[in-house]
Amino acid sequence: MLTRRLIACLDVREGRVVKGVNFAGLRDAGDPADLAVRYDEEGIDELVLLDVTATLESRRALVDTIRAAARRLFIPFTVGGGIQSLDDAGAVIDAGADKVSLNTAALEQPELVGHLARRYGSQAVIVAIDAKRDGGGWTVRSRSGTTDERREAVAWAREACERGAGEILLTSIDRDGTKLGFDCELTAAVSTAVPIPVIASGGAGLPEHFEAVFSEGHADAALAASIFHFSEHAVRDLKTYLASKGVPMRLVW
Amino acid sequence: MNLPVIAVVDYGAGNLTSVVKGLEAAGATARIATGPDALAGAAAIVVPGVGHFDATRALDDAWRTAIIDATRHGVPLLGICLGLHWLFEGSDEAPDVPGLGLFTGRCAHLGNGLKVPHVGWNNLERLTERSVLLEQIEPGAYAYFTHSYAAPVTAGVVAASAHGGRFAAVAERRNVFGVQFHPEKSGRTGLQILQNFVAVAREAR
Repeated sequence: MLTRRLIACLDVREGRVVKGVNFAGLRDAGDPADLAVRYDEEGIDELVLLDVTATLESRRALVDTIRAAARRLFIPFTVGGGIQSLDDAGAVIDAGADKVSLNTAALEQPELVGHLARRYGSQAVIVAIDAKRDGGGWTVRSRSGTTDERREAVAWAREACERGAGEILLTSIDRDGTKLGFDCELTAAVSTAVPIPVIASGGAGLPEHFEAVFSEGHADAALAASIFHFSEHAVRDLKTYLASKGVPMRLVW
Repeated sequence: MNLPVIAVVDYGAGNLTSVVKGLEAAGATARIATGPDALAGAAAIVVPGVGHFDATRALDDAWRTAIIDATRHGVPLLGICLGLHWLFEGSDEAPDVPGLGLFTGRCAHLGNGLKVPHVGWNNLERLTERSVLLEQIEPGAYAYFTHSYAAPVTAGVVAASAHGGRFAAVAERRNVFGVQFHPEKSGRTGLQILQNFVAVAREAR
């Protein structure tokens, strides 16, 4: 049976993890490759490296980071942040990333989704959607949530899927950073509207939040950052909890 | 130590970086083969691939002959994902493109009301006691899948997975092997499977 996935997100700037993580025995808690390997050992199902600055210098460091991670990491990992073109995507995929995540670029040049899907396969293309509640629905934000695209989030998810996206990474701007729980209503609206997997993001604070987003939200995967940094065995503990609630989880690795 | 050289067939279906790194981590030297001539002397052959079955059209008669010849001479062959589909008779995804027909049956769409593509970690259900590829893999181990079409459970299929219906996860007959999942992305389970294949390559040499 297909299990639900837990995905840890590492914010990276100029080759360093932005928020330090306190794991015992880590040589360098700021090194993305070291941290990624540690998460793999802890049982995380997948990783996302997000280049939060996406400056030219940061991008060069990012490619080195991806190479270092790809040598030692044998679970899927996605790279996002500032990917604007086929060449940008090609650079991170050639370095060893399995998937790229497009956000603003997909809105500005939707044809890029199709180009990437044809070149690397849909499984390598994630369209990230930042959605904000707006009346009874949700509208799409771009440029790190600052620009209102005046587009309906569910409709954009459908279009992204039709254009060749293999997965949708859906972030609730309202919940992001609040630790109040995922926006299950938003997640369910998108997840039931598209045939492809939906990764829920934004608001994870408690194990119950994950259970809710998998059951009520129909999420195929859930992404978080800080919750996995709280304790040594956060991933394993969370998986054990979710399995006890009947959520299919990969428990041996 | 003299590492076995494994030829990774490059026919333009996706990125080979992960497969190469996986084989290297499993104790082989990976060599990218961009033409059938490059298979000469390889201890084993891997046909990777992601995406549409139509991409296997690039594996023309010259490729097919070279790969079949090699397997007849005992060279181990491993098809991964789309590469496994190609070992079967064909796929509904591109009905006019023939597979190698080393395993019986055609690949069909997973469509069944569930999410497709089937993306994520699924468990391997062992169908036979003996499997070279699954040596030391515990029953119910998980592997990472990402695909929309799948091969049927026919003769030679040694492990199945289910997403709606059951499909071939691991196929194996003498020196021909196929896996639907991505061993290079399946953590320790995947690395063990690649190590098992590299061990076959080492013995076949």
